[in-house]
Amino acid sequence: MATSITKPSLPSPKDIYKTVLSNGITVLTRSNFNSPSVSMGGYLPAGAIFESDEKLGLADFVASSLMRGTKIRSFDTIYNELESVGASLGFDSGVHNTSFGGRSLVEDLPLLLKLLSESLQYPAFPKDEIERLRAQFLTGLAMRAQDTSDMADMALDQMLFDGHPYSRPSDGFPETIQSITRKDMQKFHRLHFGPRGMVIAIVGAIHPKKAVEAVEKFLGGWQVPGQGEAAVLPPHKPVRKSMRRHHTIAGKSQTDLLIGSVGPSRKAPEYLSASLGNSVLGQFGMMGRIGDVVREKSGLAYYAYSALDSGIGPGRWDVAAGVNPANVKKAIDLIEKELRRFVKSGVTKEELADSQENYIGRLPLSLESNNGIVSALLNIHRYDLGMDYYQRYANMVRAVTREDVLETARKYIDPDRLVISTAGP
Amino acid sequence: MAKPITQVTLKNGMQVMLKEIHTAPIISSWIWYRVGSRDEPTGRTGISHWTEHMQFKGTKKFPANMLDKAISREGGRWNASTSHDSTRYFETMPADKIDLALRLEADRMTNSIFDPKEVASERTVIISEREGSENEPMFKLSEAMQNYAFRVHPYHHEIIGDMADLQTITRDDLYNHYRTYYVPNNAVLAIAGDFETKIMLKRIKELFERIPRGPNPPRLGRPEPEQKGELRFSVEGPGETTFIQIAYHFPNATDPDYFPLQVLDSLLNGANGLSYKTSRLYRALVDKGYAVDASGWSEASIDPYLYRITITLHPNRKPEEAIAVLDSEIKKLQDELVQSDEIKRAVKQAKAVFAYGSENITHQAFWMGYTAMFSTYDWFTTYLNKLAKVTPKDVQRAARKYFQPGKRVIGTYIPKGKGG
Repeated sequence: MATSITKPSLPSPKDIYKTVLSNGITVLTRSNFNSPSVSMGGYLPAGAIFESDEKLGLADFVASSLMRGTKIRSFDTIYNELESVGASLGFDSGVHNTSFGGRSLVEDLPLLLKLLSESLQYPAFPKDEIERLRAQFLTGLAMRAQDTSDMADMALDQMLFDGHPYSRPSDGFPETIQSITRKDMQKFHRLHFGPRGMVIAIVGAIHPKKAVEAVEKFLGGWQVPGQGEAAVLPPHKPVRKSMRRHHTIAGKSQTDLLIGSVGPSRKAPEYLSASLGNSVLGQFGMMGRIGDVVREKSGLAYYAYSALDSGIGPGRWDVAAGVNPANVKKAIDLIEKELRRFVKSGVTKEELADSQENYIGRLPLSLESNNGIVSALLNIHRYDLGMDYYQRYANMVRAVTREDVLETARKYIDPDRLVISTAGP
Repeated sequence: MAKPITQVTLKNGMQVMLKEIHTAPIISSWIWYRVGSRDEPTGRTGISHWTEHMQFKGTKKFPANMLDKAISREGGRWNASTSHDSTRYFETMPADKIDLALRLEADRMTNSIFDPKEVASERTVIISEREGSENEPMFKLSEAMQNYAFRVHPYHHEIIGDMADLQTITRDDLYNHYRTYYVPNNAVLAIAGDFETKIMLKRIKELFERIPRGPNPPRLGRPEPEQKGELRFSVEGPGETTFIQIAYHFPNATDPDYFPLQVLDSLLNGANGLSYKTSRLYRALVDKGYAVDASGWSEASIDPYLYRITITLHPNRKPEEAIAVLDSEIKKLQDELVQSDEIKRAVKQAKAVFAYGSENITHQAFWMGYTAMFSTYDWFTTYLNKLAKVTPKDVQRAARKYFQPGKRVIGTYIPKGKGG
């Protein structure tokens, strides 16, 4: 019944523009003139991987401090300029990268880039702002200690990735946040921030050439001769036996439950098989098979699903549910049974076809907004997916077979070596 | 780019709103029912939200399992939610697949089964949803706040409902609720996206016009009497962090004072969805070390509701210190006229937020139906103009009228330590 008057195509090499500036910054852009707005996002390789155990949370602290005052502008001036025009800009950090994102009306893109550039190059780390942030972080950590979902999550990472950078929470612990000094932050910034390895994507009501010129104007002159080398991720120890840990938080009504395994990295050839398998297991429709047995059939939980989180290094493949403390064992038994079935018989032809159609059909929706396209462009770059990734996507999805899913499930999920983390009363 | 919207009322009283947007091959369809937690008498709190859950449990034509599979298989996104004033269901689909969503909504307007077994299983799911919320200090504080702020008006209970009612509501209670409120003359269908209005309207008539009109459902809404004197309460629970919530009674969305209050909100709290680090509350409370966060929130409602300010207290401070700072900020708004530049700033912020919203078709369909619940679509299209017309004197008058200590409620979450 519907007619498409304009038929926007999926991102392709014809409309994604990629340039590398002379200082090493990669710029990706795509135009979208449907709305007078523009989105921007990117990252640089300055993440928590460089932190020592004693200074856990340092990269995060640095990222949060970048806009707290630069050598040119105060914290209040920076945010006044942004908020006065309804624009936003923010930094975050993970194990590998410090990332940034923002958006504005297209007329304010120069402002956004100017503040990005200053925050990256000339942060002042004002003492009073650092102390203010420290108090906020400590309160955040006190709240985390009371959050059943956060605590179960942290313990699962600790068990799955013992001794590996992925086992550490990037927001640190109260004692490590207390120990971080202004000097630590300045040093971290000096050693790890620079244009090499930085990527920026801009999508919105602007011609690609203009967008690149704007990035060149504000960031093209950034030079850091001594910029440190990107970190190499150490190998992780495989999980050799099943493990279970409970974290008690008194006074709570519900227990958060996570059952996990190590999953594939985003670049692994079997990533798409794992992703489609995960969709059948705990995503498709009303949270897949897991949702069906734990929520729909047993009424045990409001949420029960599986998730696959894959990035540069080893991924995490887990099942999550929030259940009444009296029902924890029942829920674990049901989930284990489903995982055994999953690695024994895999998925049915119909289940796989359902998820394949879902993956292909939902693409226009995930790429609808400027922010959606920014993430897509950054993923293409980060994981070497190729500029024609979205053109090839449907065929790649359809090419995954039941055997691929089964083989992948068996490779990553061993029902006899599951790691179980619970947090609650 | 987008044509003005088409509004039609079908013969059975169902309201239809259509907006063509041809920027992406996507259509978002929303159906809204004029029923929410405010329509629930004591003993049946939570029934609107539970009914919403039951609407996913299937009809004869679309059995539960088939329903979500069919939508997901086509790459659609669908969900539902219940608020104080309304219950809404949406499907956002590839444009050529939207017919499935329309057939589904027409069918479940009258043919949902409410199987007793499904009711029993959903009872524990909803109790689990409530238990999950009870894990959060802010839920406990917020629930008590509604209770203190509304003694008479049914805005007094949480949308999820009280545990006592979740344990006792019956299948027949649910089914009666469904049959009473899910009638075409109590519904608004709002669709935005890549379609031709004429063709879409024809299809809507085919599917929906044959559903018979029902008696016009009643709406609960005993007016809340004016509050005389400040109310204070506290709730206790595990943790180390103190939260304070201060609520002022605010007018409904169609009150002329609504717009000056939006400007006030933007000054105190910043613009919706943006950072708020230069808002007056942030500067006074967070920058000065009384709080680690401070934000405000109101919602467009049919009857007068609340403006709530939530403060996450700095660990070295006492609640009274933060409240004193808030009081001095409010006094400033009552004593001194704001600059007209500050109003311009609020308008520019709102303009940007509108532009971001227009990138998203689901969002645009949402706003059509949402405004129909408490006003008309004009409310949305004239929003920026109305905001621009607000004068500094309007802001001052509204600050004096609504921000009175004797008309507010202050609630504190007192943490009892790690051991609970």
